[in-house]
Amino acid sequence: MSPMSTPMTSPLPSTPSVWRPPELSMRWWPVFLRNLLVWRKLAIPSLIGNIAEPLIWLVAFGYGMGALVGEVQVGGTAVPYILFLASGSICMSAMNAASFEALYSAFSRMHVQKTWDGIMNAPVGLDDIVLAEMLWAAFKSIFTVTAILFVMLGLGISHSPKLVVAWMVLVGAGITFSSIALIFNALAKGYDFFTYYFTLFMTPMMFLSGVFFPLEQLPSAVRAVAAWLPLTNAVALVRPLFMDQWPANWWVHAGVLAVYAVAAFWVALALTRKRFRG
Amino acid sequence: MPPTQSSIQSPLFHASHLHKRYGGTTVVDDLSFEIAPGECLGVIGPNGAGKTTTIRMCLGLTAPDGGDISALGLQMPRDALAIKAQLGVVTQFDTLDPDFSCAENLVVYGRYFGFSKSQILPRVPKLLLLDEPTTGLDPQARHLMWERLQLLLQQGKSILLTTHFMDEAERLCSRLIVIDHGRKIAEGRPRDLIAEHLEPDVVELYGDGALELAQSPLKDFAARVEVSGETVFFYTQDARGLMAALGDRSGLRTFHRPANLEDLFLKLTGRQIREDG
Repeated sequence: MSPMSTPMTSPLPSTPSVWRPPELSMRWWPVFLRNLLVWRKLAIPSLIGNIAEPLIWLVAFGYGMGALVGEVQVGGTAVPYILFLASGSICMSAMNAASFEALYSAFSRMHVQKTWDGIMNAPVGLDDIVLAEMLWAAFKSIFTVTAILFVMLGLGISHSPKLVVAWMVLVGAGITFSSIALIFNALAKGYDFFTYYFTLFMTPMMFLSGVFFPLEQLPSAVRAVAAWLPLTNAVALVRPLFMDQWPANWWVHAGVLAVYAVAAFWVALALTRKRFRG
Repeated sequence: MPPTQSSIQSPLFHASHLHKRYGGTTVVDDLSFEIAPGECLGVIGPNGAGKTTTIRMCLGLTAPDGGDISALGLQMPRDALAIKAQLGVVTQFDTLDPDFSCAENLVVYGRYFGFSKSQILPRVPKLLLLDEPTTGLDPQARHLMWERLQLLLQQGKSILLTTHFMDEAERLCSRLIVIDHGRKIAEGRPRDLIAEHLEPDVVELYGDGALELAQSPLKDFAARVEVSGETVFFYTQDARGLMAALGDRSGLRTFHRPANLEDLFLKLTGRQIREDG
């Protein structure tokens, strides 16, 4: 502070930018554990809810449409439609599970129940809370995906040992989608806001990412956009693994997902800091 | 490390020249105060006076636009987490986790402080920040709370208390600051403040003819006369003369009492209703 300035006009000495790097520590763990303890009471009913819907889609579309479609060409290989759909829809399930948790549930804790405010009266910083919520939503997504994967194994849709790698990709996809969703959580004034996210972002992405039909059927301009969507890149990794193949250009797809995850987490953190700076 | 003489005498908590603006509005304006070990400092002021913003700055949740806060030898907001690890906080709206029972809350919150289940109960921090802790409690619960807080003060704990209950402030606080429009407008022991700003006796009149008496020669018995709604307040050094002159008037109701902190509060901050802070 210059000797000329008075307290009335002194510049802001201690208002750091919301875009400063994340300040993370292991203090996220008790917050994550808190969510786990709450969820433990509801795990079984929520598990049924989480896997029932994707499986209904899979069975209805896979066997119903599959009978009409027969086989689909993926990179020169003909695969049964049910395998095509299963490998795409499991990515969609990872996205949905992570997004629901990081939007509706996180918003309830942050805004409605004021759980975050309570935690911040203890020695836990906002950055660690946001990290905990991100990892928690990713965990819920992984939990759902794992359950669906076991059902798919049981249905004999794929037996490839590479499904273990697919599972790891889906862990990453859960992190990416929960980070993206937390941006919208930080911006939300109420639950209604999330409808935009679902109808304007997630639903179009579902149809543009090769979940239900091959991207080759889309006009090239649309395909150029679709190539940069996170869900497209997740599907591009998971589908070959379901077919017992290694994905081509895997580093590009993994890189896109990683960039989305890091960038989205940073933006989500900055916007959440802004929201709480008051 | 045993505390040195200077660390015993230095304040446990020190806020100096705090400023906070929201947009063009100054919410906290050059506010300074300190809390000595074993002391209960009360912060009173109308809604919107800047109490909650001050508490938020003390907790590192809001960054001040100017000024310094130090607590327990550490600096806010730089050492916010280290300070909060040694602080007990009660916020205006309780932040108990609704997804857990009371006992589970203790365990879950204990974990945020890094305590295992068995370490939680014996711990009472040296410094407590209480933001309107008794709002919404019934008299039984409020008295229980007062008892427990007094017990903690006897044990040498320090408390920062904001409240709208003047009897609470008078009972618990060794020192008070009155803030309005973000500024400190008075500071001192509750009794000293009353003696400094007010006459010791108050006679309240209401009912038939009360308002006319405010303009009558009776007002010479009082050092100060205030009218609020249908009630007239006579502030006086000695109410005996006034009470005798009032005699027994039918329909007029009188209430003679010593001046209290509420009178002081209203004198300093006015009787106008404030918008919510």
